[in-house]
Parts: sequence; structure tokens; C-alpha cells
Amino acid sequence: MDFSDYRVGEPVADTKAPDGPVADRWDRRRFEAKLVNPANRRKHTVIVVGTGLAGGSAGATLAEQGYHVVQFCFQDSPRRAHSIAAQGGINAAKNYRNDGDSVHRLFYDTVKGGDFRARESNVHRLAEVSVQIIDQCVAQGVPFAREYGGLLDTRSFGGVQVSRTFYARGQTGQQLLLGAYQALSRQIDAGNVELHARTEMLDLIVVDGRARGIVARDLVSGEISVHLGDAVVLATGGYGNVFYLSTNAKGSNATAIWRAHRKGAYFANPCFTQIHPTCIPRSGEHQSKLTLMSESLRNDGRIWVPKAAGDTRAPADIPEDERDYYLERIYPAFGNLVPRDIASRAAKNVCDEGRGVGPGGQGVYLDFADAIARMGRAAVEEKYGNLFEMYERITAEDPYSRPMRIYPAVHYTMGGLWVDYDLQTTVPGLFAIGEANFSDHGANRLGASALMQGLADGYFVLPATINDYLARGPHDPVPAAHPAVQDAVSGVEERLGRLLAVGGDRTPDSFHRELGELMWDECGMARTESGLRKALERIPALRDEFWRRVKVPGTGEEFNQSLEKANRVADFLELAELMCLDALHRAESCGGHFREESQTPDGEALRDDERFSYAAAWEFTAAGAAPVLHKEELVFEYVHPTQRSYA
Amino acid sequence: MNLTLRIWRQHSPEDKGAMVTYRVEDISPDMSFLEMLDVLNEELILSGEEPVAFDHDCREGICGACGVVINGQAHGPERTTACQLHMRSFKDGDTIDVEPWRAAAFPVVRDLVVDRSAFDRVIQAGGYVSVPTGSAPEAHATAVPKESADYAFEHAECIGCGACVAACPNGSAMLFTSAKINHLNVLPQGAPERETRVLNMVAAMDGQGFGGCTNTGECATACPKGIPLPSIAAMNREYLRALRKR
Repeated sequence: MDFSDYRVGEPVADTKAPDGPVADRWDRRRFEAKLVNPANRRKHTVIVVGTGLAGGSAGATLAEQGYHVVQFCFQDSPRRAHSIAAQGGINAAKNYRNDGDSVHRLFYDTVKGGDFRARESNVHRLAEVSVQIIDQCVAQGVPFAREYGGLLDTRSFGGVQVSRTFYARGQTGQQLLLGAYQALSRQIDAGNVELHARTEMLDLIVVDGRARGIVARDLVSGEISVHLGDAVVLATGGYGNVFYLSTNAKGSNATAIWRAHRKGAYFANPCFTQIHPTCIPRSGEHQSKLTLMSESLRNDGRIWVPKAAGDTRAPADIPEDERDYYLERIYPAFGNLVPRDIASRAAKNVCDEGRGVGPGGQGVYLDFADAIARMGRAAVEEKYGNLFEMYERITAEDPYSRPMRIYPAVHYTMGGLWVDYDLQTTVPGLFAIGEANFSDHGANRLGASALMQGLADGYFVLPATINDYLARGPHDPVPAAHPAVQDAVSGVEERLGRLLAVGGDRTPDSFHRELGELMWDECGMARTESGLRKALERIPALRDEFWRRVKVPGTGEEFNQSLEKANRVADFLELAELMCLDALHRAESCGGHFREESQTPDGEALRDDERFSYAAAWEFTAAGAAPVLHKEELVFEYVHPTQRSYA
Repeated sequence: MNLTLRIWRQHSPEDKGAMVTYRVEDISPDMSFLEMLDVLNEELILSGEEPVAFDHDCREGICGACGVVINGQAHGPERTTACQLHMRSFKDGDTIDVEPWRAAAFPVVRDLVVDRSAFDRVIQAGGYVSVPTGSAPEAHATAVPKESADYAFEHAECIGCGACVAACPNGSAMLFTSAKINHLNVLPQGAPERETRVLNMVAAMDGQGFGGCTNTGECATACPKGIPLPSIAAMNREYLRALRKR
């Protein structure tokens, strides 16, 4: 049977969100959720995988509440999780600007920005919690940008008309992550968190249908170990690295969530990928990753290309009337601050017309000349200095005197493990938070909302919902000799042994690059039925070749970065297939998912709410075998789906 | 560009280790230093040798994972991280020495990878504000002068890469430790723990085997984030102040 011959199974529903007015649901859920007596909390062990914004904040908060937390990161320190690279800011409905913002408006903007493919209850909760996040982070000493009066400064991001984004120069993710890391460090010192750095989760342990632990590998010694507990929280981030070139860190990977998927957790909307419009274009074949230039730059930078195709003059030589500020022209209301999916597609369109700039015509200008004339160079430097410096370092071009060249790149994945309102997956006792889940951004995430969601999940949501699961014990101890534990361990050992035994003639990276190119071409910014079918044919063949030809030097009992890499690529090679199938089955365009067959006459994404107003939750059957599709119907009571308009 | 690399190879912490010479060819000046090492590693794997182990992750200069000594300088000739150092900083035909951070508190794990967990333990000793989730007052309850916020930010930029320790002839972690102390101690939110923070973090720093400071200033010269040298003097002031108050 072909992988694309999937079966439609029973619908899946979120049974945890209370009904009633959307603004009351979170209060009600918190009240109805069972609690664990403070004295009993230390008897519960919670395993947290990942130490980014979601994992770091969750680990610290659960430990503060009194739970025994066992936490893992593959990096050498929890401070290095990839949340650290987030630049622009974090949204919150504080309305400090008195510009008409409110919890309801943030809720509305997020549902609309996600192109009506997110769950209203979750998004409303996110907007409510956003204000507490800022309070918490300020109290931790996060050095947000401030006005001369000593109050917090904000700026605007794409897809909104208010100024609700709090920031710390171009390093907001770093500062928020360090806040969470420091809170976690305090709990490590207090003995409430047992941290395992340089340790990677390689499988989930499911006992009697419940998540009870993980199998992990010590990346220094190679030792395989078992960690058991009462619940497992995955905070392992997104899977954008399936494309090889992305703005994700080199180590970011899908192994934890993919292993959980193989053990029964449904994977929702895997094809919902965010292509960020403002990244530095690639410079050659050697490129190992792409670097983002923060969306905040679109506050002051103007995007343009020459009006005429094939115009190779230097940007300064192109007179004003021969430039096309295409975002301002097509979307006058939002201008350069349209949502990411729209800005990316517009860039692709002008480049496809032959009007792109720079090597290979794969770029558009982001020009600060007007901003420098208006605000002065010093003010621009104060706001964006570190970004300009990074740009110059990478490209050897000075963005103060010559417009930046930018091009879209894979940045974030809205899809992830399906979770209910409590952030619990379809495997009881397994929770997924932050980018690892699918919950809040629908088909397109608004800028500065990833930090908001990661911290909302970790500081406020999970710590309030996981009690309900833990209180509904008993969670009898699992003996290490339990067959489910032993099976998981032998599965991991067998797989690593196989990778080491192939002894082929291609490096893990060469497979990763090939997969990435295929995914970018067929499952990237624009997708077609024929392209996706081609990818679905090619991926199994590539996977087969991988297991025949990969070469992994060294052994499993030592520090072996090639083995780590190969193991992650093996999982990307399975996940990629599911992404393409999801993209193929969703024969509509929505948000970041653009099917060429489904567009309006002016080339905008055309949704098909009649057929596709659902989240697609996929159930794993066997490697390479057709999965089962479970649909979660989306109900819109407050924000009624319309054709998104930013004109 | 064609280059000769002399790279420190050390199989394990117990191994003695040695410099090994490699050649790389057709290196583009637009490559980052780590992309150049990628090229070497791909070749090594195909020829059946074990690739050179090095830490790296974001490759944007912010995670602090990467860091090697290049021609005797931490992170190499430019003031940035190794991942943001580009090959245009070198010339065709150059010989480049690549070594791990060398410091007593950072034992070598393998090749260019060192164990920097001592930094985490310094932070665990007091590099935080004790504010459990949920207990925070409204963010605007306390105004923070812009100068203080900017000063805090300047120090909070530290990425914990360890270049300061590697560059210091004494293997001292004064710049790293002072960066966190200055970040938190200048803010009203950090004030209640101002004294205990500096005393505990300095004690932890000394306990981790870092050397003392002799004001050579190499740390601040090597710091890719530009943490200023006076940061150390400010920490010493905080330390003396805390001792006096005790």
C-alpha cells in the first residue's frame, strides 16, 4: 500500500477546554483541574526534555511548586537552547501605549493571523496569560528596552496595528531565555531539578498506555540510560531543520517528538511551516544554516525591488520612480508589516518575475535610507545596531550605506504534537509545550508570538494543568526490568548499532542536504499536487539509500557527533514524508501552506473552510506505511473566518 | 583558498592529545570558520577518519556553544564568535592553528570540545533573582531608569562562551562572573539579593578552579560581546561593599 493511501479514522476532540464564554474558560479550567497537595508534590517525578523558553520555564516552575523535576538538554548547558536566538520581541496585551490593544484584540489578531486554523480556547488563554509573562520577566531582571521615564518600550510587528511587542534590543530571546535559565539554575542549586546536560532523549517509554519515562544517551560517554517518572513533558522545539537550511540551530531536531509520535502521540498539521521573509540570502553551496534578520527591521526598513526585470544596476543607481515598494503598493494598510507568510510569498513572486536582486536573483532589498534620513544614523544604530553588525559580518556589505539583501527562509513550524487544552498529547501522561506542540498559531504564526507561547506554556499553562493528571494517580513505580522499558532500550541500541554498521560511502550531512533541497523545492513556499507526489516517491527511496549507504565513523561508546547527526537525519527522513502527505491532503491554501491550485485571482491564499476547517492529527502505523488521519473540527464562535485582508 | 590546518586532536580527557596537520582546498572567503571545518570533516568521514569534534549550535553568535583558539586567539582574529568569523579574514596559503579553550576549569572532552559546566555552577550560586512564577508585581510598578536598564543589558549580553577564561593567562572567570553580577545588581529587582549574590558567586567561582585576576585585560579584548573591562572593577566594589555590610 502506498504511503498516500491514508485512512480517515475517528475524529479527535479536545475534551479539556470548558465551554461557556471564551474569556472565562481558563479560569474555569484552573478551578476544575485537580490539585496535588504541596506535601505530596515531591513524591512526583516529572521528566522535562528541553531547556528552551518552554522547557526552562516549565522545569523551574514545576520545581518551585515542589515537584521533583528531572530535566534534559542535548547542549552542554541549558542556556544554549535555540530560543536564545530569537531576536525581535515578545507580544503582550498590556496596552501601555493606549493604542486600542486588549486581550481580545491579541486573541483576534492571532486567530486571524493564523488564517483560522487554530483553536479559539487556546489562543484566548495565550492572550490572557501574555500580560503575566511580562510581569514575571521584569521581576526576574530581564533588561527590556525602556523609555527615559523608566517605563517599558514597545514596537510593532507584522500583522497587527498596535504596538505591543516588548523587546531587549535585537536579543529578546536571549534575555528571556537567560531569565528562565536563571530561575532553573536556582532550582538546580536547591536540589529540586536534576539536570542532565549533553544528554539526548532517544525514545519514549510507554507503560500500560501511559508515558512513564524516556531512554536517553549520554553524548559524552555514549551510555544509554533509563529515566522513569510520573509524567513526561516534551519541550524540544520545532522541526524546521528537516529542510537542512533553516534559521534553526544546527542541533535542533525532531527526534524526541518523532519518537513520541511513533509511540502513539498524534502529529498535527505537520505541513504548517513558517517561511520567514527577512533572512540573509545564501552565499554558496557550503552554506550550513541561514541567519534571520529580525522582523522588527520592517518597522523602519522599506522593502523594494527594481520595477524592471533583469535590472542589475547598483541599488543607489536605481532612481526612486524605477523602484517597486511592492508591499506598500499591494497592501497599503499594513505596508511592510504584513504577516510573514504574505511577505514571503510576495518576495518569491517578484523574484520569480526576474526582479530579484543579488546573486542568482534570489533576494529583495530592505532599505534603511529613509529611516536614517528621518531618525538619524545614531537612532537607527541604537535600535538595530547588533543586527546591522551581524549582517555586515556575514555579507561584508554595510547596511547603513547599501540596502540589505534579504530572502525568505524556513524559520518555525506551527505543526507539532497534537495536544488538548491541558497540553496533553494523545498518550496520557505525555505533554508537549512550546514549538513542539501544534496548538496556538494555526497555519501562520505572528511575529513575537513564539516567545509568548513558549513562556505561556512553561510558566503558566502546564504548571496549572499537569496537576490534574498527576492527581489522578496512582502512578505505581515502574520496575526497570519492565518489558516496555527493556524493549525501548533494546530498540535504541539496535538502531544505533545499525547506523554504525552500515559503513557506506555517504555522510549523514549529504543525505540531510539532499532531503532539505527536495523539501524546499516541493514542500516549501509553494506546493503543488504533482510536486508533493514526486517528493512522496523520492523520500522513501532516499531513506532506503540512507540505510544502505550512510557512513558513521567511530563507536557508540564515545563522544560521536556523526552518530548524533545520523540518528537525527534518520528521523527527518520519516517526518518529511508525513509533512508532504499532510500538504498533499490539504488541498487548500492557508497561512504558510500555499497550494498553487488554491489561490484568489490576485494570488492570495484561498482557504476552503467547507472541507478543511480542521486540524489534521496523524496517527502513526508503521515506518513508511500509510498513517491514519484524525480530524479535529475547529469551531469559531468569536472570530468568524473571512478572507484575510491586509490591503 | 587553500589552507593548512593544525588542529588539536584528543580522543578523550585521559588522552595526551597532539596537533595534527590537515589540508583543505577550495575554501570560499564567504564561508564561516565552522563551515570550513565542516568541509574538512566531510572529507575525513569519507576517508574513514573520525571527524574533528567541536561544539556549535546556533551559528549566529548568540548561543555561546562554539569557541576555539585560532592562531592563539580566542575565537580568532576578529572580535566575534568562531561561527561568525569568516574565511575572508584569512589569506590563501595560510597555516591556521586550531586549539580548544585551555583552562584548568574547562577540561577537554574531546578534540576542540571542553566542559564549561563550571560556568553553570557559578550562576547556580546566585546569578538569579528569587522570584517564583506567579509572584511578580505589575511590570510598571517599579520604573527602572533607562541608564540602569541599558547598563544591565550591556552586561546581560554575555553568551557564556568562555573566551574570557581562555584568553586570560590565569584562566580567570572574573569577567563572566562580573557580567552577571552587574546585570542583576544594578536593577531594583536584583537589589534585595545584592550582597549575597556577589559573595556567593565569587565563592563559587573560586571553588570551580578558575584563576585569579591580575588585570591583564585579555578577557575583555577577547569577549565577542564586548563586556567592558570595568565590569570587573565594579564587581570588586560590590564585593567590598557586601563584606563591609556583613
